[in-house]
Amino acid sequence: MSNIVRPYGDTLDDGKVQLSFTLPVPDGAKGREAARKLVLSWGFKDCEVVHSNPLADEFSFYIAYGKSEASIDYESVVADEATEAAYLSMDEVNEFIKAKIGRKVVVVGACTGFDAHTVGIDAIMNMKGYNHHFGLERYTELETYNLGAQVPNEKLIEFAQKVNADAILVSQVVTQKEVHVSNMTQFVELLEAKGIRNRFICIAGGPRIGNKLAVELGYDVGFGKGSYADHVATFIVRKLVEKMGN
Amino acid sequence: MKEKLGLSRDRIAEARELAERICAPVMDFVEAHSSVTVERATLRLAGADDANADGVPVPNLVVDRLRDRLEDGALKWYVNALLRQGGTVESLNRKIAEGLDVSSVPLGDEKAVRARADELVDRGFARIRAARERRDAMRAEWKGRNNDPLLYLIVATGNIHEDVKQAKAAAAQGADVIAVIRTTAQSLLDYVPYGATTEGFGGTYATQENFRIMRAALDGEAERQQRYILLTNYASGLCMPEIAAMGALERLDMMLNDSMYGILFRDINMYRTFVDQKFSRMINAVAGIIINTGEDNYLTTSDAYEKAHTVLASQFLNERFGFAAGLPAGLLGLGHAFELDPTMRNGFLYELAQAQMAREIFPDHPLKYMPPTKFMSGDIFRGLVMDSMFNFVSKATNQGIHLLGMLTEAIHTPFMMDRFIAVDNAKYVMNSIADFHDEVEFRKDGIIVRRARDVLEETIGFMKEIAGVSLFDSIEKGMFADVKRPKDGGKGLDGLVKKGPAYYNPLETRLKNEAGLR
Repeated sequence: MSNIVRPYGDTLDDGKVQLSFTLPVPDGAKGREAARKLVLSWGFKDCEVVHSNPLADEFSFYIAYGKSEASIDYESVVADEATEAAYLSMDEVNEFIKAKIGRKVVVVGACTGFDAHTVGIDAIMNMKGYNHHFGLERYTELETYNLGAQVPNEKLIEFAQKVNADAILVSQVVTQKEVHVSNMTQFVELLEAKGIRNRFICIAGGPRIGNKLAVELGYDVGFGKGSYADHVATFIVRKLVEKMGN
Repeated sequence: MKEKLGLSRDRIAEARELAERICAPVMDFVEAHSSVTVERATLRLAGADDANADGVPVPNLVVDRLRDRLEDGALKWYVNALLRQGGTVESLNRKIAEGLDVSSVPLGDEKAVRARADELVDRGFARIRAARERRDAMRAEWKGRNNDPLLYLIVATGNIHEDVKQAKAAAAQGADVIAVIRTTAQSLLDYVPYGATTEGFGGTYATQENFRIMRAALDGEAERQQRYILLTNYASGLCMPEIAAMGALERLDMMLNDSMYGILFRDINMYRTFVDQKFSRMINAVAGIIINTGEDNYLTTSDAYEKAHTVLASQFLNERFGFAAGLPAGLLGLGHAFELDPTMRNGFLYELAQAQMAREIFPDHPLKYMPPTKFMSGDIFRGLVMDSMFNFVSKATNQGIHLLGMLTEAIHTPFMMDRFIAVDNAKYVMNSIADFHDEVEFRKDGIIVRRARDVLEETIGFMKEIAGVSLFDSIEKGMFADVKRPKDGGKGLDGLVKKGPAYYNPLETRLKNEAGLR
């Protein structure tokens, strides 16, 4: 069975899409016409440029509406977000650990490489958590270590070995020039070189990190935008039980 | 300024006394120490510049060779080599870049060295003074043409030439202050890269040449618009004093500079940081550079309601450390931020209370107010509304420096149009409530007045705790931002230098004199 959908403005299948962008040309009638033609060239059937404004001598800003005839069969779509799976609350995670693991679960996290942004790892690990989801530090059955930012991969692995970690969280916020990819790859390569990749559940996270990318790079899972500590904790405990079963 | 909160002057004075008590032992420690970057900053102001073929800067080449002899200060070796070699400072720099080791040049007549050193110090201060006078003249010429508060925008492409385009567009759109964000991790480099740079991660290297390029571009734009455009960069990290020196020479107008940020958020050793911040602040004081302190960081890592008192405590400490380095209130851009959870009932009233409180406690300081970041989600429409609320509070409480929020915060580095929307939003809100601050008073014992009083009381309690254990110990115990930093941990401790009995640094003496510390 298929379910064909298009963008919805105020009528089913009207295909209305809101767009805003900048062009490196002066503002004016010619700029607006250029904007309109550009939108049409993207496959839109109609385009109305509703607003324009100069940004600098040679730059102008446009708001436009386009009408799209493109559609998608919703039934054919497969999503890859790890966070979509039903997850446990903090209390449920604690109960799960007590019942099925029977010891504290050790989690080490850091923002690695030159990345200086602790915001991601803090949102997941700090006591306070983020947006009403408590951080991992508040979970009574977890033993957590947040190493902060700019932690070299070698140091993170060394520390994880020292405290006998079950899971390692690698946070990457800066993605300019794909720096996160090489850094995340190096982490997994180091573990593999030491022959200890399978000792840890490896989790990548960050606003621009998807599950797909993380798995491709050799992580167990990746958590992107909209992920919270409970998602991460649920994954860790379930995966750990799965590993214990093997 | 009209006071609306009825805060107790005695309690505010008590908090300032506590700050003095907390900072005094730190300043005693600072007085007895120097660091590799303090020595390098001294050399830079005396004329050391250039770099070798591998890009190692001349100040590093000199200080690295003197590593075991720094207790006497580095300057005398540099000046001694200059006298022995003859020629200009520039030719000496070139020789050092080509391999001359100043520590191997036998020391000559001490009197001659001191006389030449005084000349170099004079020359350095003359350059700083000239930059300051130029700024004063431009600001006087275009007095009243900047926005109030100053609208502050950030550029960060990694390429200084691309930054120039973005910065000129931002200024043309109405920004008064342009900050060039530094590349990630520059704070942890124990040297300042040399020359113009075109690659960086999440920002652009702070180099003296990059400063010069951006300064010239903004001066051009200022001329066009008949409005002074302020330039900002970061005197923070392991090269705090050197970057302050470069900023003083190239006429930067503001520098991010916090007495504890590096310790807490970059894991730089606490002793090193306290020594470096003092020297950098003396330079800023003499150069007339406004510092921006980093209190907003306390709120992005912890809850903004529960931890409001840590912001106020840090403001008192930054003020005290600033005064101790000769910075007047007018150069203390103490930081704070609009970071309360947007779903919180009456959150706007609390933001208003905290911003007004900062205004009344620090009446002569150009407060730096930071926009929402933590709860910016990717919903750009909600984000724009949050930024509008922030703009409202800032104008309604007469803040000094207003860092514009971006509707695309948490998504990408700002597009040119994002900055335009931000300026447009701020101008609309701020114009339509232009006289709100003088017009509206707060209900006695209402939510706003009570909130401000409570935060002040909590701050005093917190500062008493710190005073009881010392600032060093309270950082070690994690009393700030829930971050624990051991005294002997962190980066840069090995670059700390205990001054010997023969420590010689006429530039430091001159800084102290000009900053009014003697």
